[in-house]
Amino acid sequence: MTGTIEVDDVVVRYGEVLALDGVSLSVRPGRVTGLIGMNGSGKSTLFKTIMGIVRPEQGRVLVDGGEPAAARRRGLVGYVPQSEEVDWAFPVSVRDVVMMGRYGRLGLTRRARPADHAAVADALERVELTGYADRQIGRLSGGQRKRAFVARGIAQDARVLLLDEPFAGVDKRSEATIVRLLRELADDGRTVLVSTHDLHALPRLADEAALLLRRVLFHGEVPEALRPENLARTFGLEEGVA
Amino acid sequence: MSPLDLLLEPLQYDFMVRAIVTTVIAAVVCALLSCWLVLVGWSLMGDAVSHAVLPGVVLAYVLGAPFAVGALVFGFLAVALIGAIRGTSRVKEDAAIGIVFTTLFALGLVLISVTPSQTDLNHIIFGNILGVSEADLVQIAVLAAIAFAVLVVKRRDLTLYAFDPMHAHAIGLSPRFLGALLLGLLALTAVVALQVVGVILVVAMLIIPGATAYLLTDRFGRMLVIAPVMSALCSVLGIYLSYWLDAASGGLVVIVQGAAFAVVYLFAPRHGLLGKRLTAGRRRAAARPGAL
Ligand SMILES: Nc1ncnc2c1ncn2[C@@H]1O[C@H](COP(=O)(O)OP(=O)(O)OP(=O)(O)O)[C@@H](O)[C@H]1O
Ligand SMILES: [Mg+2]
Repeated sequence: MTGTIEVDDVVVRYGEVLALDGVSLSVRPGRVTGLIGMNGSGKSTLFKTIMGIVRPEQGRVLVDGGEPAAARRRGLVGYVPQSEEVDWAFPVSVRDVVMMGRYGRLGLTRRARPADHAAVADALERVELTGYADRQIGRLSGGQRKRAFVARGIAQDARVLLLDEPFAGVDKRSEATIVRLLRELADDGRTVLVSTHDLHALPRLADEAALLLRRVLFHGEVPEALRPENLARTFGLEEGVA
Repeated sequence: MSPLDLLLEPLQYDFMVRAIVTTVIAAVVCALLSCWLVLVGWSLMGDAVSHAVLPGVVLAYVLGAPFAVGALVFGFLAVALIGAIRGTSRVKEDAAIGIVFTTLFALGLVLISVTPSQTDLNHIIFGNILGVSEADLVQIAVLAAIAFAVLVVKRRDLTLYAFDPMHAHAIGLSPRFLGALLLGLLALTAVVALQVVGVILVVAMLIIPGATAYLLTDRFGRMLVIAPVMSALCSVLGIYLSYWLDAASGGLVVIVQGAAFAVVYLFAPRHGLLGKRLTAGRRRAAARPGAL
């Protein structure tokens, strides 16, 4: 199927720290998959492994049935970074950021053609940021910033969207907009993997959920994922978990 | 003497014309590059690479090779050493940078001291803009043209790299390649600038213009215009001052750039220390009912 993500027995270590300890997960297109885990559980690391930024010392990742590098070159993979990873004072406008989604298909100097401007305008419209296109990216609210990066993934026409904590520091209205967008993108047949702390939004957002604590503790339907015993294990409330 | 004479008198000397042309070329290329350096947070790296090229330049001089080759080799060597020390020991990056560039710079000093015809090489350390020969000028112009062309063609990729290397990676570009490209350009540009202000002060031309422009605009495209224009004007003013005051030209070029930064730091409309308040005050006044 196009746009699947297959993670098979992946182990990632940063020096002494064991960040992922045998993670296996398969993410399907046409669905929104929530990735739930506490701080330091390895969510960002898993995203980075899927993107090929972090090399696993064991196990492998397939995107769209092939090497992640090949999927990236074909422009299949879109990424919405965690807020902490972005320099919000950077002198680029919202439009500039969304246009970066088109770079993969542009020539040597990445000069935009009319079709690219149209795609960017379209994407901005879908995330309801048309009036903010010329603002510097940091002059947006938390939710608007997220939507700008989602727009970048839309402009890119990515088949696989990885969103790292899109709801952190986001107000209700923006959250609702983002949830609606992600649902639309999944209904389009895209693969949407979202990490989040926000358990309340989960039933509205996700078709299925994976619980992560260095390994996948549970993967399945959302109501079942939200059972107290599953959450207790995930958030380390049980004895014996650091 | 009329103001026009003040401007024209130095231009009757060929060496002054060459000095001004060289300075403008170097100022423009350094200023362009500095826009990315300040945003990536590589100011310290710029300092390191510009010092570390010294032994390469000296060796190139001894071997009769182009300065740029020696500088590139040692520029990359410095970066590789810094990365190795940081990655394989508990020493942090700033310490690794400090260790590597001072050691390489010291090596350069020692090489100069044992190389005959020392006067030429001392110019590398302090700059010798008034002694630039025709041949020097040609070499600088060629290197600068290469750096300029690469920066202009690759400007969007470099900006993406500076802003969001993860996205660059996600769409199949290589952040590692873009980082190396920026470093290569840094070494190349250091060679261009060291003729003007010398190895020690090159870093000023690689940081101040970009930092100044960053305080003036929220548009990267505008930074790429503001920085070179300001840097070129400041540098030419510095050369004139050195002519009239009969003082060190490299030093004055940097002092004028620093002074321009100070003015912008204080009075830039949106991001300046006082300018911010003035703008806000004016907006409040305009918002008051009955205000003009
Ligand atoms: N670059 C790094 N170097 C060393 N250790 C790291 C690095 N990045 C992450 N870690 C460690 O790996 C573990 C997993 O981190 P990761 O960032 O993947 O967690 P996370 O689930 O995304 O957390 P958060 O909710 O805080 O974003 C943590 O213990 C973290 O300290
Ligand atoms: Mg994280």
